[in-house]
Amino acid sequence: MISHGDAENTEILNKNLRDSVSLWRERILLWFLPLAFLAIAFFFPLSKILFLTFSTEAFTTENFQIINSALHITFFQAILSTLLTLALGLPSAILFSRYNFRGKSFLRALTAVPFMLPTVVVAAGFSALLGPRGLIHSLHPLSSFVFLGTLPAILVAHVFYNTTIIIRIVGAALSSLDPKLEHAARSLGADSSRVWRNITLPLLSPAILASSLLVFLFDFTSFGVILLLGGSRFATLEVEIYAQATRFLNLPLAALLSVIQLICTLIFAILYTRLSSRLTTQLAPRSSQSNLRRPRTIRERIFVTTLILFLTSFFLLPLSSLPLRSLFRLEADRAQRGEIQYGFTTDYYAELFVNRRGSVFYVPPIQATVNSLAYASATVILSILLGFPAAIALARRTRLEKILDPLIMLPLGSSAVMLGLGFIITFGSWLTSPLLVPFAHTLIAFPFVVRTLQPAIASIPERLRLAASSLGASPFEVWKAIDFPILRRATLAAATFAFTISLGEFGATLLIARPEYPTIPIAIERFLLQPGGLNYGQAMAMATILMTLTLVSILLIEKFRLPNAGEF
Amino acid sequence: MKRFTLFLSSFLFLVAACAPQSPATVTIMTHDSFAVSEDVVKTFEEANNAKIVFLPSGDAGAMLNKAILAKDAPLADLLFGVDNTFLSRALGADIYESYASPELKNIPDDFKLDSSNRALPVDYGDVCINYDKTYFAEKNLPVPQSLEDLTKPEYENLLVVENPATSSTGLAFMLATVAHYGDSFKDYWLALKENGVVVVDGWETAYYTNFSASSGKGPQPMVVSYGTSPAAEVIFAERPLDEAPTASILGSDTCFRQIEFVGILKGTQNRALAEKFVDFMLSREFQEDMPLQMFVYPVNPDAVLPETFTKYAQTPEQPASLNPDVIAAKRDEWIQAWTDVVLK
Repeated sequence: MISHGDAENTEILNKNLRDSVSLWRERILLWFLPLAFLAIAFFFPLSKILFLTFSTEAFTTENFQIINSALHITFFQAILSTLLTLALGLPSAILFSRYNFRGKSFLRALTAVPFMLPTVVVAAGFSALLGPRGLIHSLHPLSSFVFLGTLPAILVAHVFYNTTIIIRIVGAALSSLDPKLEHAARSLGADSSRVWRNITLPLLSPAILASSLLVFLFDFTSFGVILLLGGSRFATLEVEIYAQATRFLNLPLAALLSVIQLICTLIFAILYTRLSSRLTTQLAPRSSQSNLRRPRTIRERIFVTTLILFLTSFFLLPLSSLPLRSLFRLEADRAQRGEIQYGFTTDYYAELFVNRRGSVFYVPPIQATVNSLAYASATVILSILLGFPAAIALARRTRLEKILDPLIMLPLGSSAVMLGLGFIITFGSWLTSPLLVPFAHTLIAFPFVVRTLQPAIASIPERLRLAASSLGASPFEVWKAIDFPILRRATLAAATFAFTISLGEFGATLLIARPEYPTIPIAIERFLLQPGGLNYGQAMAMATILMTLTLVSILLIEKFRLPNAGEF
Repeated sequence: MKRFTLFLSSFLFLVAACAPQSPATVTIMTHDSFAVSEDVVKTFEEANNAKIVFLPSGDAGAMLNKAILAKDAPLADLLFGVDNTFLSRALGADIYESYASPELKNIPDDFKLDSSNRALPVDYGDVCINYDKTYFAEKNLPVPQSLEDLTKPEYENLLVVENPATSSTGLAFMLATVAHYGDSFKDYWLALKENGVVVVDGWETAYYTNFSASSGKGPQPMVVSYGTSPAAEVIFAERPLDEAPTASILGSDTCFRQIEFVGILKGTQNRALAEKFVDFMLSREFQEDMPLQMFVYPVNPDAVLPETFTKYAQTPEQPASLNPDVIAAKRDEWIQAWTDVVLK
């Protein structure tokens, strides 16, 4: 008897061992590339610079005051911004994934445009609208109010930038929800608010959490928006790190602040991991089309119309001021000031093609466009290649993923300035290689790609896969029949993120110097370095090109994603 | 064996002698505002069979940080763009090799702030307050002539400045007030604050969003910018102008002089070529190219200024200045004091 039991135990042990060996092999396969990438491009340079500069010298009372006030401002504005972004993003996600209406693709693409615009340009857009000589002011001369340089300016800009994150991630989850669940609840007598509370919202919560975390981290480490729109009174952690590192040349304090920012990010990411692992539910896959319909009841019509009007004015007005400004000069005639005269002109665009001063740094607009597109395409490929295996591993988590999950969010929470300095001491002369640019962009895009794919992968019911393979389907056939249709939508959403992140550059300019292949955002910045109406006009023209490029790309991606859709 | 070696080495020698000599590369780390004409660069490249690579590395502060951190494995052969407000920091970090360029003999001693020639002056410019001519003419308001004037009630809410903690332009203007008032510059800023001075993070915002005479058409008719900005307004005007829309306030100590330096980075593999490039930067050809590229003045007095420059750019007779060592020692303290007074 004993020997029999032993044999049985050994067999179980062996089987467990075999299972765990194959599990480990699978995990290593999935994680090798993403982790190698993060280690080389992120953890190594960052820890190198932090070890080099961190010192207990920075532990002084004065510094703690600076840290304290920075933390205070950072949390305050980030929490408020995230709540406001959710308040607009959730209804918008419902609008886009539940209703059909004319111009939908365009409106959805429009909401994604701010995400990649350089902050200088967005600031110009807002001041053209709300500034002292803006549209609102000229309609209502008495309603002169100070907008730029206030907390509301920061909040509005954050909502403007980040609503698209909620729309894309929650929208993707919402359109793959099974309407049968809601129909069942409704036929059992639940009214629509109860359906929302008890069915839809709980099912959406992983996506809501994931997108809120991304929005929060973006607001938490926001830099350009705070500086340009909020002015100097709002010294958040990231702004303080920048000032300490580049102005005071106080690297120990910059390092201390960076560590604090990283720890905060890690805490949010761990909290998120804890919460989200409880929330994921596997659902039946369905076509995204079956959820879409035109608004029917009066309440639905009011909801849809109000939201469309609001989104259109909120996004279109500040954005349209850029193309307008690139085609109309605001010439205040020297003699009669106060009356601003508008004159149509294509000079700014024509001037883009002229290297008037014969400068070495002149960029023809087409060259800048080609460079931007090439970098963006490389970023999409790279971040999807790296993000997919990581997302698969995270969606079917083992104990390993509990540790790794929070770590992949860290690139979003690290200061671009410090990482840039880390790159310097790590990569040395490699730094000038244009090949590094897509890697730097991928660093930011990676967490987005993973967070977009992971809930989608997790929602694929294992039983469908098992059923398919028990019917004799090969792993590839299983993937093609089950995974691919469900993941196509999420993959395209992830690709869009990566694409726009790369087009907009974000803080990557701080990381890498590469004079030979300038992108559109770099060209815009160069125009704004010197005074003169022509420079300003050219910056606006270049920004308009960037905007158009993004709109067209997003529309193309969406066309590709719904080949038979009758929208737009 | 010996014969073989001899054969091989003579063969290699022949190959080396016949192959066209590939140009040596000289790399110059600069700030993002650096600019130069293609033709000028080409002249140097052709004359010296060299290839020039520029490495824009952020603003002056970020650039210096990078150069200091990469000291052991320098990213470039030369560093251009450290100014007198950062000079002591750069010298203290010991990143330069000294080089007594023969061209230095043409350059006035006032600009040579480093006696051991590690950092050599290349250009200078003045951070000044620009004003909107039309605004003052229309309101019949006299243009303020001194720092003191700016605190008068008639100029309430009319001035926008940059935060010295985030902008080198803002830092220069703050230093002008320190040079003028000494330690009581804090009281001056309190008075400015009470008179409604507007603070923004950087020059771009100040000039393009807040300043009324720029294309942004902002609310403030006075902005901390450069003495050469009026010339840039004419050159980059949308329609030809025969008069600049802006001008600078040139009272005593209202402007702060910035001098920019170039230096050979320690550990360069190209010392000879780097020296040649330094000479070239101080030569007339490069010096005459700078004004319209970077809107700065050449330190070489032989360089002829373009006409738009002599006509529209202005230089103060008495720019404020401070010893770079004092700036290095007290910069942080001053900025902190400024922040406490103006932003809190």
